[in-house]
Amino acid sequence: MKLDEMYQEIILDHYRHPHNKGLRDPFDTQVHHVNPTCGDEVTLRVKLDGEKVLDVSYEGQGCSISQASASVMTDLVIGHTIEDAMHAGDEFLALMQSKGQGEPDEEVLEDAVAFVGVSKYPARVKCALLGWMAFKDATAQALQTTEGQK
Amino acid sequence: MTLHLPGLLDTDTIRKDFPILERLLHDDRPLVYLDNAATSQTPRQVIDAMTQYYASSNANVHRGVHVLAEEATALYEGARDKVAAFINAPSRDEIVFTKNSSEAINLVANMLTWADEPFKVGVGADVVITEMEHHSNIVPWQLLAQRTGAQLKWFGLTDDGRLDLSNIEQVITEETKVVSVVHTSNILGTVNDLDPIVRRAHDVGALVVVDASQAAPHMVLDVQALGADFVAFTGHKMCGPTGIGVLWGRLGLLEELPPFLGGGEMIETVTMSASTYAPAPHKFEAGTPPIAEAVGLGAAIDYLSAIGMDRIAAHEHAITGYAVDALNGVEGLKIIGPADNVARAAAISFTFGDIHPHDVGQVLDEQGIAVRVGHHCARPVCLRYGVPATTRASFYLYSTPAEVDALVAGLEHVRRFFG
Repeated sequence: MKLDEMYQEIILDHYRHPHNKGLRDPFDTQVHHVNPTCGDEVTLRVKLDGEKVLDVSYEGQGCSISQASASVMTDLVIGHTIEDAMHAGDEFLALMQSKGQGEPDEEVLEDAVAFVGVSKYPARVKCALLGWMAFKDATAQALQTTEGQK
Repeated sequence: MTLHLPGLLDTDTIRKDFPILERLLHDDRPLVYLDNAATSQTPRQVIDAMTQYYASSNANVHRGVHVLAEEATALYEGARDKVAAFINAPSRDEIVFTKNSSEAINLVANMLTWADEPFKVGVGADVVITEMEHHSNIVPWQLLAQRTGAQLKWFGLTDDGRLDLSNIEQVITEETKVVSVVHTSNILGTVNDLDPIVRRAHDVGALVVVDASQAAPHMVLDVQALGADFVAFTGHKMCGPTGIGVLWGRLGLLEELPPFLGGGEMIETVTMSASTYAPAPHKFEAGTPPIAEAVGLGAAIDYLSAIGMDRIAAHEHAITGYAVDALNGVEGLKIIGPADNVARAAAISFTFGDIHPHDVGQVLDEQGIAVRVGHHCARPVCLRYGVPATTRASFYLYSTPAEVDALVAGLEHVRRFFG
């Protein structure tokens, strides 16, 4: 059944028990992103340390897909290099644009491979990308600030 | 078991006019279309009228002398007559065709931006709206206020989903130039009593604009009884096509106020340095209008009028009462808006425990049930009631009690899925 493809158990688990939710200090930048079509919102903080993503925390309201995706995203980026985190983000974006045809690399995307079913539902792709877009934006801003200080 | 509620229309017969209602969705589930406040479905009579227009009478209007041009003009202007009769307008020249309600409201806002005294809205003037408005009746007035230096004010909402008019004398004052208010809320389903607003506004010399997008499709709309100065509504919510809306305005105002869009059709004479304008309503209809869409709207009005707007209103009242009772009985469901069936239209928004509306809508869709989820282009209402979004079921003349039952059963499935 199609619904179970979208709402895989991994997604529902992250939705019910989100990882890294709740805003934390210290942080370099904080961003607020919204999905204007449905009103989903996320506030997200990033703390970088040189080449590494030291911490990501977030607060938000939204559907199971947007909340679970943000939770999965934090697992994929915290403690990783910025380059690896951005690579994972690109892979996830490609997966979301695959219209259900993607063959995700589980080495890179881990739990995020569960979102392949979501990519069949155009209206929900933006939900899945909300947290990732916020992360990319916050990280880019943090890097800009660091550049400016050099 | 067939349920008999007083006032119900013969939906078995009516539904045969709507080919789309025969559709089967995922795994052969019949479509349960409960998104009528977003757009209504189209009866065969309207589809046929538009097809017939393109197949046999297609031409531009108001310019050729050939047979097709004359037929197209007669059909287009005939649609204007139908709209005028439908809303009891004193004159057919008070009907301006627009693209939709948003364009109709933007048109009024721009007339007032460029108007001379006494209509000019500028520094020192107030524009009054309400917290209940669709974005289409908020943003045009924000733009007007920002561009002219006028001040935007609004009425708030009561906890039970009604307009709070307790401070009407402070909100509408001698400074108020225009009051724009929704007749029937697309998100809360509230039907507003506009009499006190119209009276107060006219006492202080302000114009009244009414967004009747959710009223015109569902009840007898009589612009003379309403007493407003402008009324906006759209075709696609009343069995017509998209791309056609209506602005009704008092003839004296339409004659007095300046045009907004310039172009073909709206002129009297043009020289290289200046132009004079056609009389209303053509002054406000620059360019080739949506002719087939007007024909479709005319056919929709014929269709609705043959059934009778009073009977459609009675049908929806019966369905809404049944739905309000049924939904109030669903554990964890909270109606956002009037929780009873008094001065209430057939759009019911609700939250369902802590299950997000997107998830509710997705699982309902899997069962063939189409509802709207989100903020319904009325984000301030969501903010007012502290909810990020709602699920909305909205009914029309072809809706049945069985579809309400399907919604309730669908919600129980949603609960099991996310429980």
